[in-house]
Amino acid sequence: MKRLLIAGVVMAAAFAGSGPVMADPVDDTLEIDGTPIVTRAKAPEGHPFDEVYSGWLFREAETRDAERDSIENPGMIAVEDGEVLWNKVEGTAGKSCASCHGDAAESMKGIGASFPKWDADSKKPINVELQINKCRTEQMGAEALAFNKGGQQELTSYIKYQSLGMPVEIDLTQGDMQAWWEKGKDVYYTRMGQLNLACASCHEKAMGKFIRADHLSQGQVNGFPTYRLKSGLTSLHQRFRGCIRDTRAEQPKAFSDELMALETYVTWRGTGLSVETPSVRQ
Amino acid sequence: MTRRMKITLGAMAAVALSTAAFASEVSPDAVEFTDDGVTVSLTGVAGDPAAGAEAFKSRKLGNCLACHTSTDMSKELFHGDVGPSLDGVASRWEQPMLRAIVVNSKHVFTDETVMPGFYSLNVGQDVAKDFVGKTILTAQQVEDVVAYLGTLKE
Ligand code: HEC
Ligand code: HEC
Ligand code: HEC
Repeated sequence: MKRLLIAGVVMAAAFAGSGPVMADPVDDTLEIDGTPIVTRAKAPEGHPFDEVYSGWLFREAETRDAERDSIENPGMIAVEDGEVLWNKVEGTAGKSCASCHGDAAESMKGIGASFPKWDADSKKPINVELQINKCRTEQMGAEALAFNKGGQQELTSYIKYQSLGMPVEIDLTQGDMQAWWEKGKDVYYTRMGQLNLACASCHEKAMGKFIRADHLSQGQVNGFPTYRLKSGLTSLHQRFRGCIRDTRAEQPKAFSDELMALETYVTWRGTGLSVETPSVRQ
Repeated sequence: MTRRMKITLGAMAAVALSTAAFASEVSPDAVEFTDDGVTVSLTGVAGDPAAGAEAFKSRKLGNCLACHTSTDMSKELFHGDVGPSLDGVASRWEQPMLRAIVVNSKHVFTDETVMPGFYSLNVGQDVAKDFVGKTILTAQQVEDVVAYLGTLKE
């Protein structure tokens, strides 16, 4: 029996050796331009994990280094483009964002860490993209930007970047935020598509495992918009839709109630992680 | 027999053949699970292990390597490890159980398993239009994959 046991251990070791190299999030720390980034945090109460991890900890060393160095981070171009849009006069009121909000480094600090938040006017949660549209239509006399168009991702990147390093914490006590959180939780655990998978199948049950070449993270949203090395700047709802498409389910529309509920819930799942926008991923 | 009749008869025979093949195929809703697994072939046509290996690795078909490693497929890039290694799997499970696992592993493991049912219409919500009412693999592809798994002995 003893001999068999030893053989078992040897076999297990051999398998581990031939399998994927990493299994768990790496032991590494992140600092961007002197700002410490929290990539591991104690999970909030009621969370399925004890600790929440940034997706950064699941990426290869080269990808991690690209985010560490803001000169090398290709996503920083979006932030720079976003700054131009911030100052650009548009619409019938002849105003730019800066006309009312001044220096974004001050007025937009904390926005990326606290959105989505309750919007009493629409009686729904509002995210940064929709807030941009709200100001454009109600304050500037400009048209709303279509999903991923007209600099929406760049301006969102610029606004969220002003919160770099700040811990994510959304306020669920306002309005009906708690009900939207519940709805988002339902979506997260609902199996969808022909492959019959829920978000939780991959990002909770199989977290840390490899699915083909991809090391499965917790699917955190603290780095969006993100720069994907294989496909460029990627907005959050684009990522949600991509993950849903991969289950062979119909993709809900960007900013639909379903995806706004999901954004509310998944943002909460990353409570305590630093805003990393623009993060770099594979 | 006139030439014209011959052609008609030939065509009729072809029609008869294809309906016969169809009739003996077990539909996804009619697959019978027993304690030993799925004991009856889904098509009555022996599985082809070489075709099964192709369906196994194809990302559009089984995409089994997304979640499983296998030494036999070591030439293929990127094996996942969401599920266990399939090395020696035919020494762990008899053929009817392997068939049951591929058809719908939720009958063998638990409802909670991450592994999709490859010949099941018991699927998730909001299936995309192109896939409504369709199974991931055809009945014959399941038989082929099962035949391929049968070659993975210790
Ligand atoms: C005419 C003045 C005006 C202009 C121009 C303007 N906004 Fe606003 N903005 C407001 C007001 C007033 C509010 C608060 C009420 C609301 O939520 O609409 C606000 C709220 C916001 C908020 C939420 C702040 C918070 O603390 O919750 C963000 C983010 C924002 N604006 C971004 C922008 C951007 C980006 C632009 C340019 C596309 C812009 N705004 C243009 C007046 C303006
Ligand atoms: C079939 C498995 C699978 C399912 C189901 C799935 N995802 Fe993903 N998701 C991935 C993979 C693979 C990646 C890229 C690697 C990683 O970060 O896990 C990813 C990445 C993400 C990311 C980006 C993480 C980062 O650090 O940039 C988010 C956010 C995300 N998923 C959310 C979701 C949500 C929400 C759902 C449910 C609607 C979902 N995913 C369903 C496989 C899946
Ligand atoms: C999305 C991930 C996923 C995919 C794709 C997948 N499997 Fe699995 N498979 C699993 C998991 C997880 C298990 C372990 C059962 C459990 O605990 O839920 C498993 C178990 C198995 C087993 C039993 C292994 C043993 O040693 O007990 C077999 C056989 C198997 N899978 C075959 C296949 C075949 C063949 C395919 C492709 C047609 C496939 N799997 C595709 C996730 C997957």
